[in-house]
Amino acid sequence: MVLKKLGVLGVAVMGLAYGSSAFAQDTLVYCSEGSPEGFDPALYTAGTTFDASSKQIYNRLVEFERGTTVIGPALAESFDVSEDGLVYTFKLRPGVKFHTTAYFTPTRDLNASDVVFSFERQRLAENPYNQVSGGTWEYFNGMSMPDLVVSVEAVDDLTVRFSLSRPEAPMIANLGMDFASIVSEEYAMAMLEAGTPEKLNQEPIGTGPFKFVAYQKDAVIRFQANEEYWGGKAEIDNLIFAITPDNSVGYQKLKAGECHVLGYPNPADIAAMQDDADVDVLEQEGLNVGYLAYNTTVAPFDNVNVRKALNMAIDKQAILDAVFQGSGKAAKNPIPPTIWSYNDAVVDDAYDPVKARAMLEAEGVENLKMQIWAMPVVRPYNPNARRMAEVMQEDFAKVGVEVEIVSYDWGEYLKLSTELDREGAVLLGWTGDNGDPDNFLAVLLGCDAVGNANRAQWCHEPFDDLIQQAKVVADQAERTQLYEQAQVIFKEQAPWATIAHSVVYKTVRNEVQNFKIDPFGGHIFYGVSLAK
Amino acid sequence: MLGFILRRLGTFIPTFIGVSIVSFLFIRLLPGDPILLMAGERGMSDARYAELMTQFGFDRPLLVQYWDYLTGILRGDLGLSFKTKLPVWDEFFALFPATLELSLCAIVFAVLIGIPAGIVAAVNRGKWPDQALMSTALVGFSMPIFWWALLLIILFSGMLGWTPVSGRISLMFFFPTDTGFMLIDSFRSGQAGAFASAVEHLILPTIVLGTIPLAVIARQTRSAMLEVLSEDYVRTARAKGLSPFRVNGLHALRNALIPVITVIGLSVGTLMAGAILTETIFSWPGIGKWMVEGISSRDYTAVQGGLLMIAVIVMVVNLIVDVLYGFINPKIRQ
Repeated sequence: MVLKKLGVLGVAVMGLAYGSSAFAQDTLVYCSEGSPEGFDPALYTAGTTFDASSKQIYNRLVEFERGTTVIGPALAESFDVSEDGLVYTFKLRPGVKFHTTAYFTPTRDLNASDVVFSFERQRLAENPYNQVSGGTWEYFNGMSMPDLVVSVEAVDDLTVRFSLSRPEAPMIANLGMDFASIVSEEYAMAMLEAGTPEKLNQEPIGTGPFKFVAYQKDAVIRFQANEEYWGGKAEIDNLIFAITPDNSVGYQKLKAGECHVLGYPNPADIAAMQDDADVDVLEQEGLNVGYLAYNTTVAPFDNVNVRKALNMAIDKQAILDAVFQGSGKAAKNPIPPTIWSYNDAVVDDAYDPVKARAMLEAEGVENLKMQIWAMPVVRPYNPNARRMAEVMQEDFAKVGVEVEIVSYDWGEYLKLSTELDREGAVLLGWTGDNGDPDNFLAVLLGCDAVGNANRAQWCHEPFDDLIQQAKVVADQAERTQLYEQAQVIFKEQAPWATIAHSVVYKTVRNEVQNFKIDPFGGHIFYGVSLAK
Repeated sequence: MLGFILRRLGTFIPTFIGVSIVSFLFIRLLPGDPILLMAGERGMSDARYAELMTQFGFDRPLLVQYWDYLTGILRGDLGLSFKTKLPVWDEFFALFPATLELSLCAIVFAVLIGIPAGIVAAVNRGKWPDQALMSTALVGFSMPIFWWALLLIILFSGMLGWTPVSGRISLMFFFPTDTGFMLIDSFRSGQAGAFASAVEHLILPTIVLGTIPLAVIARQTRSAMLEVLSEDYVRTARAKGLSPFRVNGLHALRNALIPVITVIGLSVGTLMAGAILTETIFSWPGIGKWMVEGISSRDYTAVQGGLLMIAVIVMVVNLIVDVLYGFINPKIRQ
């Protein structure tokens, strides 16, 4: 009897052709690449976590306009900067509601104390939330906020004042970053009183366009549109993240209608996707740069002509073909073209091995042996560092330079590559945090960063003066001029060989409307709709 | 029998301590510093590095760290995941039912098909059914799981549309997952179609994960059956005029099953290894995928806790197999 029942069930199951596009038209399914680490964006640094938290659930005082690196008002309607650049005063938007969910009902609207709490928990060791969930506040620390921010005060219910230790023009862009998301102080305190402060990270309450509903690790995250959203309700009612780590499987799901958006299609699948009538392939240059950093303090790489000659020996097109397979564009500046102040007038070092060899000979460099460090990991700015190093090895051999390729475990690689007396040139790259040129030029090439993120160990005063000046100037047009000049000096001095900016692909089913690629690599679903 | 079980349990404690040391050292012996990985390309000042080393307790002697770990285990505390900052115990048991459900289905699938296939091959030794079944088993055993899974997905999900591509249940269904076993939870939810959807989602992962154990079981059954079929008592049974079904199914199979049960027990380790790839491809939220992510991010606490729990599970299953073996073959108990 039992067998008979099972048999009937089996027939019934096998008889069901799998229902593909069975979702309600107001539900958008995103095939995401992994599980978020948690839902408090200030605790983490991964884009996957930001997609599931800050991008949907939270807001910041200021935010980047969707699909751009342009910063605009969000929870703050306006802000003032004092003449000396040391005090930032924000006027908050009135009537902003925190989410009402099955697990929390707020009793008040957003006010200045929420903003103060959101930063003080990261800044002050005595704040009761400073150590909750093993808080290390990596982004807050990484952006030098502990040194920069002297105080955060509530002037009145809807006014917040930040006092800084030094003028810092990128401050506004920093406040648009995920770690600067505003959490509810009322909810945090209620959880603290209940003895479950970690709930702030597990059952989030924000002001954003979507409310958190449920999460099953490695399986699914469910969100619901926030009916009371200050920017107007989202066009989709339900948002589902179907966690799909394998991108080939993700493509099959996209084709089967099991998801609408695939975040990270395989480069190998792009051609097939472009031929698929049900799928649109969107592309944009990524906010990143891949480079080869010489150690400019060690001979013969302390000689600018040697560096220029080596740059001219690199066949970037061969690298784009062999390593990026169509998903990269040659880089000539240390910042990507999607960032304001990108200097398109800069002329790249032309590929010319004959001239390169002659230049090396003119500098008395013969039988040069050098190391090229190849990263052991895949990064958007360098999908295959070993292959890239091999192409460079061939290129350098043509100009009489013998290359030994070395690699280390990723943690060791990052540490050893910062050493001042490091031997060899390092393949590395950078993905922008906040769309500000300072985030590339000062972080990677400033004198302060020598012995740390400045892997070229390059401290060039004329360049550094320009970027330090640009840090304290509030006017963007003036900053643009300074950064454009800095890029010219960079090219002349050649501390790096700039290699490539990756091209980012996103695939969406063609019923998805108004999806925009986020230059920061995030996935934002507010403003997206589904065709009826 | 009780003495036999107690003796087996006695070997459990030293094995457990050994496993705890190996799991503790394994991730620490891998090159790569989790604090440096946390900083990424940006780098980190020496002061900040020292601060984080102290915060996570990595600056203490290894022996002290191990002692804390061991006493934590005895209190049922495996520590906080370095990556997610959540208790490892909670993370493991939130995901374990998914792996267990898939592994059970895979082993049932392997046994239900593998044993009859082995019998048919043995009874038809040297004839075409034997050659066909054993060749298929060899292919199944040699097949890379990753490739096999993608092939099935492209054929049955992509081209034919018969099965879902991945996941444990259609995203249309939303209900509390109290037990963590989707077949049970979907059945209890009472939502129309939920149970069928859970079954549909199990089909391809079960086939993929069950393929290698199926091949092993089929081959083991065949060789055990061939050995038993040449025994005198089988010839006597045949001479008595018993039907081939009674001879093969009762007299021969019963004795041939002893090594097969051992193989099934040992398959638990294979299933755990296979689960890592199967879970990744089918977006199956189990511990295999969780462990892989933990290793790549040097999540010390998650990896050491996960390894220990998996080892304990394998040990328990082997203990059960040993006891079962003792029941079937009284000579083992001596």
